[in-house]
Amino acid sequence: MIFNTPPIDYVGVQERCAKFTTRSIKSDSKMQALKLALNMIDLTTLEGLDTPGKVKQMCLKAANPHSSASDLPTVAAVCVYPAHVRTAKQALQNTGIKVASVATAFPSGQTALSIKLDDTKFAVGEGADEIDMVISRGEFLRGNLNYVFDEIAAVKAVCGISKLKVILETGELATLDNVRKASEIAIEAGADFIKTSTGKIQPAATMPVTLVMLETIRDYYYKTGIKIGMKPAGGISNAKLALHYLVMLNETLGDAWMNNELFRFGASSLANDLLRQIIKQKTGLYQSGNYFSLD
Amino acid sequence: MQQNKNIDIKPLEFNNTWGYAPAPESAEPANIKPRYELFIGGKFIEPEKCEYFNSINPATEEVLSEIARADIADVDKAVKAARHAYDTIWSKTPGKIRAKYLYRIARMLQERAREFAITETLDGGKPIKESKDFDVPTAINWFFYYAGWADKLEYAAPGKTPKPIGVAGQIIPWNFPIMMAAWKIAPALAAGNCVVLKPAETTSLTALKLAELIQDAGLPPGVVNIVTGEGATGAAIVNHPDINKIAFTGSTRVGKLIQKSIAGTGKKLTLELGGKGANIVFDDAPIDQAVEGVINAIYFNQGHVCCAGSRLFVQENIADLFIAKLKERLKTLRIGDPMDKNTDIGAINSARQLETITDYINKGISEGGVMYQDSCATPEKGYWCKPTIFTNVAQSATIVQEEIFGPVLAVQTFRTIAEVIEKANNSYYGLSAGVWTDKGSKIFEVANRLEAGVVWANSFNKFDAASPFGGVKESGIGREGGLHGLLAYLNL
Repeated sequence: MIFNTPPIDYVGVQERCAKFTTRSIKSDSKMQALKLALNMIDLTTLEGLDTPGKVKQMCLKAANPHSSASDLPTVAAVCVYPAHVRTAKQALQNTGIKVASVATAFPSGQTALSIKLDDTKFAVGEGADEIDMVISRGEFLRGNLNYVFDEIAAVKAVCGISKLKVILETGELATLDNVRKASEIAIEAGADFIKTSTGKIQPAATMPVTLVMLETIRDYYYKTGIKIGMKPAGGISNAKLALHYLVMLNETLGDAWMNNELFRFGASSLANDLLRQIIKQKTGLYQSGNYFSLD
Repeated sequence: MQQNKNIDIKPLEFNNTWGYAPAPESAEPANIKPRYELFIGGKFIEPEKCEYFNSINPATEEVLSEIARADIADVDKAVKAARHAYDTIWSKTPGKIRAKYLYRIARMLQERAREFAITETLDGGKPIKESKDFDVPTAINWFFYYAGWADKLEYAAPGKTPKPIGVAGQIIPWNFPIMMAAWKIAPALAAGNCVVLKPAETTSLTALKLAELIQDAGLPPGVVNIVTGEGATGAAIVNHPDINKIAFTGSTRVGKLIQKSIAGTGKKLTLELGGKGANIVFDDAPIDQAVEGVINAIYFNQGHVCCAGSRLFVQENIADLFIAKLKERLKTLRIGDPMDKNTDIGAINSARQLETITDYINKGISEGGVMYQDSCATPEKGYWCKPTIFTNVAQSATIVQEEIFGPVLAVQTFRTIAEVIEKANNSYYGLSAGVWTDKGSKIFEVANRLEAGVVWANSFNKFDAASPFGGVKESGIGREGGLHGLLAYLNL
């Protein structure tokens, strides 16, 4: 497969991103965006020390983000390791909240394809609604693009009805040209979503990287009419930054993407800052961190 | 390189799911007075004939203030004040003291940046984000930069003894009022000259506020004089016998008149005139960034930009896709209240300019061009023109040859480098150009062969006080900014 990707000019991308951050979001429009952002979160815990107890508590928070506001949406999904999918699934019964599982030897992806496929099958078998796979960055960087394509296609084939999110780990791809190329490969190979980062590598999601990925999605839609989802993950920890991302989404892909079917934030601490801002919009007062649960 | 396939793109929809609530800047800090007099000899004085004209907010058609109309007698008074200040004080003021005044003006302008930005937007119709983030900071940049030169003039012309010219008459346009005032006043004062400046009649307010600021800064009376009025006031400056230099920014038509009237008088001259900038997009360009660049090049400040990239040349093998992307991009440009922080396209500067633009659009259509505008709504009151794209045009079309000074882009295609250079240079203007390609060698080849005072590569509308700006052919004589801009105010 040959990809004729257009070159990306880093300075131009940065300038465009800076313009998104100057939009002034006030009153009703701010409240709507804060709630929408909350509803787009994949609440995430991906630690070696995760236990069923920890995952259950996070699921409770996902379904009931804050006790004092009754009109709040839930988050979109929780994101856990395969070993915790069953626990999460049970804890989230009848909530409508999806369970996403990382797979394919997350986060480095440095193992054999057969093991990655087993990893994926296990997560799907445990009930994962969504699979967050990692691409083989090593193969990509040594120029083995066909391997990367085939691997994504193979994982997609064992996902069944579960949605596939493909993590590019843009912090390791180094250039926006690579981000564009990897995005095209992932989309053509069957990704339902493309995702920036594992959260284990710095930098994680940035606005320039996300814009290049959104523009790849846009070009694919222009050509085919097919809508691919986007998930920036890692590094989006406060409401203000989340609103900048929503402005970027709103002015790049527009109406059809302004929902959690097609856009997610991979984040853990973002939820509490959104809640704090929502309460502030309602009451006019900022509350201390102690008023927001740390589950 | 993208292929010219699948050109019937699936369109996207915008602005129905999440809209931005109005975010208007308050007009209050502008603190505009009901009437402004002439600034002559350090004082605000009534014009001899006591005539005034209105300054209008082009977004609402409301009167903002009354502005004094200077006639020949008033201009004579201003030139005499400038000459007196030059002979008795300014020509004897050491460079480091002149620098001190310029630094002071720059700092005071920083302190009052918000007031100036808001006034600029109310008076001229440009979006508040542009006046706040571009016009006022650039004006400040110019004062700081030239303040640095004031005590270093001998280094500007090594081996020579640079002397000021004397009294400069400066006439500026309505598209970047405060910025143009700074471009003119800062180098003139740094070089030791005194000035008589006339702002454009539709946008006098920020120049008059600058006069107040200059008064507060304690600049010796008469060093800067500001006279307001229409063309007749400008003509009085141009024809005054005791003026040593004319600096004019405006239309090529008026530039030619000025050149004729001062012929044989010994007055020095710099002219910054019109343009019809060629913006060239090659098939190996960063496409999405080029789309942004083209939008910025033609729709910045509603296209009221002498160096606007008003002629777009797209390589034919990517033209359909590129034009489709441009049209899609128009959907997310926000046109409306210039005071709203989210407005991208503000009001047209005056009823007269709107008429000019509308005439050109009609001519473009009647000559066979295909006109495209987005379906967005514009406010009922005020002067508005939607961002416009013309395709199916050629070099022979009026809208390709003549400067429109509005948000109207004419798109042509090309096949080879030789062809596009020939077409780009096929213009009596030569102010600006843009080149979009990922290939460095191509940038240098094309930039060196374009007849333009400035060529931007993979960017557009970049300015810095240290960088000279000006045109070739009928776009002007001389340079503003940088060392070149300083030398234009010195006798060597």
